[in-house]
Amino acid sequence: MPDDSLDQSVWSQDIYQALKEAQIGQVAYVPDAGHKDLIERCHADAGMRTVSLTTEEEGVALLAGAWLGGVRGVLLMQSSGVGNCVNMLSLVEECRFPLLMIVTMRGQWGETNPWQVPMGQAAPVVLATCGVIVQHLEAAGDLAPGVAAAAQMAFVSNRAVALLVGQRFIGAKKFD
Amino acid sequence: MLDRRDAVSAILRARGSALLVTGLGSPTWDVAATADSPCNFYLWGAMGGAAVLGLGLALAQPSRRVLVLTGDGELLMGLGGLATIGAARPSNLSVVVLDNERYGETGMQASHTARGVDLAAMARAAGFPAASTVTTAEELDRALPALYGGAGPVLLVVKVLANQPPLRVPLRDGTHIKNRFREALLGPKAFG
Repeated sequence: MPDDSLDQSVWSQDIYQALKEAQIGQVAYVPDAGHKDLIERCHADAGMRTVSLTTEEEGVALLAGAWLGGVRGVLLMQSSGVGNCVNMLSLVEECRFPLLMIVTMRGQWGETNPWQVPMGQAAPVVLATCGVIVQHLEAAGDLAPGVAAAAQMAFVSNRAVALLVGQRFIGAKKFD
Repeated sequence: MLDRRDAVSAILRARGSALLVTGLGSPTWDVAATADSPCNFYLWGAMGGAAVLGLGLALAQPSRRVLVLTGDGELLMGLGGLATIGAARPSNLSVVVLDNERYGETGMQASHTARGVDLAAMARAAGFPAASTVTTAEELDRALPALYGGAGPVLLVVKVLANQPPLRVPLRDGTHIKNRFREALLGPKAFG
């Protein structure tokens, strides 16, 4: 299978820059290999408060608190964490909290770990069912404008928006 | 053991300018019945999220004290949040657990704290510099200065009687509760 993935150090810079321009002040994450460079960039930025979570639903509540305090945040996670967020997303919908999620996809394109497939395939459906607007990023050129547009809709229109970063783009993890 | 409304009254009397987040169920009813304020954010759901919501608020408002007032069942559902708070070390965050050792909203079933789970010890193990349990009004009074002024994160377990005081239903609409809070805290910028 041809490898469509690109160098993460390049595209993570695009996302980071777009987050800076969107005035993101809190970065909550559960680590994913697809977010490795971006997490490091955010940690190195004194203007961004990074918070390492034990589970993704904490990030949903955390960023609601940040918004109550006047600060914009982003939640970085892998698609397997979407299911962990389900009940906490009721907080976001009921209160019309803005929420920006950047979800790196597994179980989607050339996956070699079958355990990743169920949640990866369910992720966009689960998010949509919970009232989250789902947008797909499938090419390097989509990243900066995609993050900017999602941040604008989240923080100006008070909506939950999840950007799903395609596995074709990130590259399927190799186990051999 | 304290009466829960007496405990909440004592805690809120010392509140000053602290921002308040309440966990679902009795803590929300207790605070609304005792001293409503635009700077109260009442949760009616999102079980397990109160403490980490308080963390996000505390990090966003480092010059304000943030107090989370929740129940034992609510905190037990989000125990990982203790580790997240311990790792983040917000000096201005305090978490009060009104611990009746019961799930009060669902029929007073025993919670894990009735079976020996020690939430203050768990908070200490998670890195909270101050975490303790009080069982009398005098002990609670002595704990209040550290709750509002001590280096956080602070966790205080207040053992309360398993009674159900009269219900006073607070604001219910989440968007209104959010907007009221943000306007009180941020002024016109809340809707900018």
